[in-house]
Amino acid sequence: MKIKPLQIVAHIILIIGVLLMVLPIWISFASSTHENVSILTEGMRFTLGDQFSRNYNEVLNEKGGWSEEVTAAKMFINSFIMALGIATLKVAISAMSAYALVYYRFKLAVPIFWLIFITLLVPLEVRIFPSYKIVSDLGLTNSYTGLILPLVASATATFFFRQFYKTIPDELLESAKLDGANAWSFFIDFLVPLSKTMIAAMFIFMFVYGYSQYLWPLIMTTAEEYWTVVMGMKIIYTESYEGVALPRTAERFAYIILSMIPPVLVVVFLQKWFIKGLIQTEK
Amino acid sequence: MSFLDLKNVTKIYPNGTKAVHETSLSISEGEFMVFVGPSGCGKSTLLRMVAGLEDITEGDINLDGQLINEVDPSERDVAMVFQNYALYPHMNVYNNLAYGLKNRGIDKETIEQKVNDAAKLLQISDFLQRKPSMLSGGQRQRVAMGRAIVRNPKIFLFDEPLSNLDAKLRIQMRLEIKKLQQKVGVTSIFVTHDQVEAMTLADRLAVINNGIIEQLGTPIEIYNNPESLFVAGFIGSPQMNFLDANLNNKTLSAENFEIKNIDSDYNGEVTLGIRPEHLIESENGLINLKVELVEQLGSDNLVYGQIKNIKDFCYRSPGNQIIKKGDTLSLNIEENKYYIFDKSTGKRVN
Repeated sequence: MKIKPLQIVAHIILIIGVLLMVLPIWISFASSTHENVSILTEGMRFTLGDQFSRNYNEVLNEKGGWSEEVTAAKMFINSFIMALGIATLKVAISAMSAYALVYYRFKLAVPIFWLIFITLLVPLEVRIFPSYKIVSDLGLTNSYTGLILPLVASATATFFFRQFYKTIPDELLESAKLDGANAWSFFIDFLVPLSKTMIAAMFIFMFVYGYSQYLWPLIMTTAEEYWTVVMGMKIIYTESYEGVALPRTAERFAYIILSMIPPVLVVVFLQKWFIKGLIQTEK
Repeated sequence: MSFLDLKNVTKIYPNGTKAVHETSLSISEGEFMVFVGPSGCGKSTLLRMVAGLEDITEGDINLDGQLINEVDPSERDVAMVFQNYALYPHMNVYNNLAYGLKNRGIDKETIEQKVNDAAKLLQISDFLQRKPSMLSGGQRQRVAMGRAIVRNPKIFLFDEPLSNLDAKLRIQMRLEIKKLQQKVGVTSIFVTHDQVEAMTLADRLAVINNGIIEQLGTPIEIYNNPESLFVAGFIGSPQMNFLDANLNNKTLSAENFEIKNIDSDYNGEVTLGIRPEHLIESENGLINLKVELVEQLGSDNLVYGQIKNIKDFCYRSPGNQIIKKGDTLSLNIEENKYYIFDKSTGKRVN
């Protein structure tokens, strides 16, 4: 096969893209296997060192935080619970609200949809004070409920589900009705299985969204047992060591590498459906 | 009281379109009724009102002695076969058939029994584990019918179920539907715009136009005795020939011929209708047809030609006859095989 110049150019661009994506991760990983001293003196590393088990062990098991109560492992669990809760509820709620918007023909369906859609312009960061006020008045600070609840509505997912439901032929609903399906069983027996690839795709998006929340857990949690990975990244190794000790750069890198694992796992497990959900609909 | 009773049923859509006008109709148990008409005539709307998929604006529908106007479709015990089959794409054939039964809370063994019986009847036993996307058009059609049969409903509703099939398969399925309905004996309503389908399937036929039943009767009654110009033009293939004419004192005068002693007291402008198959060749016939085109179907020929100013006049001749373009044929009308309609109202006058 003859290789065209254009193909070479295309491949070079793609390779540059891959390097841009992969190199930072590799540098983080390589650096996380060295001693703090050597990173401090010689900068970041491209080669593997010999401190892998020591650094990772320390990160997972050492207690950190202001009162030295929380370990990184605990923070991973917290983040996982938060992300799982947010993703599950976001998908469930938006699938159901899209169902209502598409199949219950009331006059306000379209205005209500656009109202939901407009909330895309008001992300959590904009409404963070009112949200905090409500959550704190409800006594939900320092709880998983408080971490999850204000984030469970999703205009994006509602929009995608609505567009998907609109492509389902009316005959399917009519036929199901004649077969004795009620509103709930049509949703569970038809829309959910038909949109399962969509659900998987949405779940991944929302999981990553929930996992990477920073500001909300930061102001929400004062108790260290509710700290999440992303906020911990900032806090855990700075506050606990004052001045005299070396910056613990290697451990931080190890922490970063570990923090990537849960979302990567979710993507790996759901990717087959994820891709299907983005490029095709099973009909 | 008959099995299915429609009384002055009217459908007006929210935008003001009147789809069905005060239609009354009775269907007896076990009867195969066909609604036929051009697209947009309201036949599907009428069917969907029976199914409960459209609200009834006015009038009453009674099924098996029960007023069902306000009854939810799921409670009506009717089954419908849709034009695009509306099979459940994510369920295999078995579950497609079983779904309606499950919703009725029937136990598993009975469901299995019923599904297997229906599958056997329709010869789809081999595909029970397949998804609809892996079936051919004809097989999907069978599954759609199986889904209707398995529930043993009070009435079958067919909404143009054959129009997505190719011509050969359509004829085959038509035959199978008829056989099946005779075997199962369930009251059925079948909607179609294809008059051949309508003629072959129906015990009784309702020809619908603009939301009104123009004529109701057995296929042969309607063929032999169309009551209006619309019915005459719609039923019969190829279409009936229409000629402008005048009727005065029992004498009909068309462009270049006359028919005397007509059994009608109507005077005025009329339309004369003659079916292509009711013409015979004879010496000194009434009509001289200049042949322009011959369609050879094998069993017979369709001859299209011109009589004076009238174009595309059709005559069906026996297949063994050789007719060429440019020939002039002398034709007579079979005795009393002509139809005369009031030109302004379209009503039959002879």
